[in-house]
Amino acid sequence: MYNDAIAPPLPMTLRPATTERRWVRWALIGVAVLFLLIFLLMPLVIVFFEAFSRGAGYFLESITEKDALAAIRLTLIVAAISVPANLVFGVAAAWAIAKFEFKGKSFLITLIDLPFSVSPVTSGLIYVLIFGAQGWLGPTLQEHGIQIIFAVPGIVLATIFVTFPFVARELIPIMQEQGTRDEEAALSLGASGWRTFFRVTLPNIKWALLYGVLLCNARAMGEFGAVSVVSGKIRGQTNTMPLHVEILYNEYLGVAAFAVASLLALLAMITLAAKTGLEWRYADEIAAQRKH
Amino acid sequence: MEAAFADATFPTVIEPDPPAPRQWSRGVPVDVTIEHVVKAFAETPALHDVSLKIEAGELVALLGPSGSGKTTLLRVLAGLEFPTSGRVLFGGEDALGLSVQERHIGFVFQSYALFKSMKVFDNIAFGLTARPARTRPSRAKIRDRVLELLDLVQLTGLENRYPTQLSGGQRQRVALARALAIEPRILLLDEPFGALDAKVRRDLRRWLREIHEQTGHTTVFVTHDQEEAVELADRIVVLNRGKIEQIGSPDEIYDRPASPFVASFIGESSALPVRIEDGRLFLDDRPIEIGATGKDGPRTLVFRPHDVELPGARPGGIAGRIIAERRHGASRRLDVEIGMRRHRIEIDVPANHPRSNKGDRVSVLPTRWWLFDA
Repeated sequence: MYNDAIAPPLPMTLRPATTERRWVRWALIGVAVLFLLIFLLMPLVIVFFEAFSRGAGYFLESITEKDALAAIRLTLIVAAISVPANLVFGVAAAWAIAKFEFKGKSFLITLIDLPFSVSPVTSGLIYVLIFGAQGWLGPTLQEHGIQIIFAVPGIVLATIFVTFPFVARELIPIMQEQGTRDEEAALSLGASGWRTFFRVTLPNIKWALLYGVLLCNARAMGEFGAVSVVSGKIRGQTNTMPLHVEILYNEYLGVAAFAVASLLALLAMITLAAKTGLEWRYADEIAAQRKH
Repeated sequence: MEAAFADATFPTVIEPDPPAPRQWSRGVPVDVTIEHVVKAFAETPALHDVSLKIEAGELVALLGPSGSGKTTLLRVLAGLEFPTSGRVLFGGEDALGLSVQERHIGFVFQSYALFKSMKVFDNIAFGLTARPARTRPSRAKIRDRVLELLDLVQLTGLENRYPTQLSGGQRQRVALARALAIEPRILLLDEPFGALDAKVRRDLRRWLREIHEQTGHTTVFVTHDQEEAVELADRIVVLNRGKIEQIGSPDEIYDRPASPFVASFIGESSALPVRIEDGRLFLDDRPIEIGATGKDGPRTLVFRPHDVELPGARPGGIAGRIIAERRHGASRRLDVEIGMRRHRIEIDVPANHPRSNKGDRVSVLPTRWWLFDA
């Protein structure tokens, strides 16, 4: 029999290999929390604090003023065009990359990441160079009375460019992992290509697609750099919300700027809440899909 | 969302019930002819001039090691791959001109490929609901058919489960039911039991054989498990490196292998490089007295571990040293090293045979053997 009395006492330092000492753990957690507080939470609080610093009345006035409403409307229009466009492009690109083998595939993947790696100002300038009055296509467009730069189409184009990777990036890994077996099964059972896509492929990728769309939407509404280059910042016409915030701020209307900025911050929080909510609500289903 | 979609795909007009209960069964088993099929490939195993005739209602195994091209051949039949050249006929009709959908085959994938977002019921009904409105059976008939199939695959009552809530064996049976639902002309199965544990495999094997006898589909299945092929198939097609090594019944394949590869892949066997000189068989410079004759030249002598006797001191046996001994099923297996070039052979002796020591000398005489041109 094993005798307890003879067993030597365990040394106090004994702990699982992957567990840190207590003070190390607290130090790491502390650093992370402090960082989050200073760099993420504090700015967010200040945005709302400043926005209401002259009371709710001034806040409402700031966001319902004519130019502000125009900026909000334009932002919504731009998002309403560029998000669906990127939804379609993103699914098509992810489909091509995940389900087919072709030459230049890795190049295409790199290309999709380009908007992430290039400065938004540069991407805006590219459109100015192509469509602007002095650009390649500028004279031709002017002849036909089409205005792209310093107008809504330019803003939409720049936004689509900047937000392109979001949907495709979310979809490519999950579609690559899933392979083409389910689609082959559906086809062998006699389903048409469209039916296979809507009944089999789409349900398989719906969560990743939703995340991609949420992130894409948040960025489409919040984009500043590329849009500011192509917009021309004509008040009431080509100003989006981020641009409007900048203009107000430069005109020493700080509180009004913060009021509009708080709407953008609110949007960001709603996006995150929706994402977390979906993850929480459908955790089982998402886990099951990944595992299967 | 799922249910709403399913509703939308059904016709709103209720069609009159036809008199025959199985009026919509389009699946009459057909014979399959594969002529000189070549598949040149970058990544998947290739096929080199494969010709094969499969009778209607036959159960055929494509057996071979990985990379032998067996799955490629199956996918060519299904229309998921297209051959570089050659012909595939279903009942005399050119199948290569038909799309996957038009070929009307039931394909069971190795990993089952069940639709995760659909319940078992919708998985099985998929092929029927996917039909164009003209040929789609009524909702009630689809329901009857699905329930009938669930009964056939012994999963009655599980129609509302999701695939992730099923065991491996149950998923396998759902995949089979889904493939059978469209009344396929040919049933194709890719490693149908590959992902299951040994006990479930054996049960499902017997069960698949019964289903085949009930439904009578022309069935082709791919396997790397020779036991599975021997037990299940009417005929076995042995593939190696994209070529057919042998076609035959399990007995023919086992008793009259066409090559050393077949002998070693189906059942166990040992091979020795021998030669015939002046009508006598030699291993290195020692004669083997098993009555082999033929033209002079190098040969490969192949025999199974249990087809040997130990002649003791009688001359003419293959002399060697025992290097290992272990229990092997009902008998005891000896690893024997032969001659200077240290060829290894395996032989079986009765379990009650006296235990041997490492290094003991032994003389082995094959009682059944095959000679192949080396």
